[in-house]
Amino acid sequence: MPITTEDTLRWLGQLARVLQEKRDYLTQLDSAIGDADHGINMDRGFKAVMEKLQGQSEMDIGSLLKLVGTTLVSTVGGASGPLYGTAFLRAGIALAGKRELYPADYIAMLEAAVGGIQARGKAQAGEKTMLDALLPALASAKEAEAARLDIVEITRRASHAAEQGMLSTIPLVATKGRASYLGERSAGHQDPGATSSWLMLKTLADVCAARSKT
Amino acid sequence: MTVSLVVVSHSAKLAEGVVELAGQMTHGKVAIAAAGGTSDGTLGTSVEHILAALEQVAGPDGTLILLDLGSAVMATEMAVEQFVQSGACPVTISPAPLVEGAVIAAVEASIGNSLAEVADAALGALSLPKLH
Repeated sequence: MPITTEDTLRWLGQLARVLQEKRDYLTQLDSAIGDADHGINMDRGFKAVMEKLQGQSEMDIGSLLKLVGTTLVSTVGGASGPLYGTAFLRAGIALAGKRELYPADYIAMLEAAVGGIQARGKAQAGEKTMLDALLPALASAKEAEAARLDIVEITRRASHAAEQGMLSTIPLVATKGRASYLGERSAGHQDPGATSSWLMLKTLADVCAARSKT
Repeated sequence: MTVSLVVVSHSAKLAEGVVELAGQMTHGKVAIAAAGGTSDGTLGTSVEHILAALEQVAGPDGTLILLDLGSAVMATEMAVEQFVQSGACPVTISPAPLVEGAVIAAVEASIGNSLAEVADAALGALSLPKLH
């Protein structure tokens, strides 16, 4: 069963709620190694996304994701605005006109999003960034798709790999972003960007899992 | 016409201050715009603010953008991508330190130097001796 426009809207709505709940947690992670605004920024951005999405149930998935991207770019003042903005814009372009996402489309979406973040932030694996959650998620999703698993299992594995990747940022020393000014002192803290990236993939996996049970 | 400048900072106050400081050197001959803070006045950078500042001062002689930290680079790159799509005025993003870079760039622009010369001079701020 593919991911539909309705599922995508449910995902974004649930994600906005999750980011509101985790607002203080993300900000707390960011206050340890950054400028203490990640939770505030993500919550503000997705609240604006929710307003823009009102009554957009007729849109295709590509257009929805592009709208999310432009909204994040214009409402999020930290690094996550340009980074997630570019990710959602590229994902939207990759899925232009689609109203149903099959496993190959999910991979295309994730690949475009991760490629967008790499192009914008010029970071690589192991630099204590979003990519440390997203790159393993993409690799794991590709493997699951190649093994012809269904969308519930592919999204679950991507979420699990992102969580492991997020935890792997704890001992890392940051070399990108505000945390890099802390040098060695950035080690011992979980990266807030990797955490919000995991929350995005986890929420989508939860939506797919809940749907398959009904 | 001269090269114009845009000053990008997470802080609106810092951006305004740098514009003030750089403007003191040019006797009003160089257009310098500030793009500081987010649209709701908090600390951060705004693609929209940067694009608006760029559109305000851009001209055929070109614009040099100076910036402070981190996400200022990404937000500026996004603003420049949107701007270049809509016009034929050259834009360069400078890696120079903000305060010294802006002051040097303002002086160089005020004497009618080209965008490449202004950008080079601003970059020279990296090796400018601050202590005697």
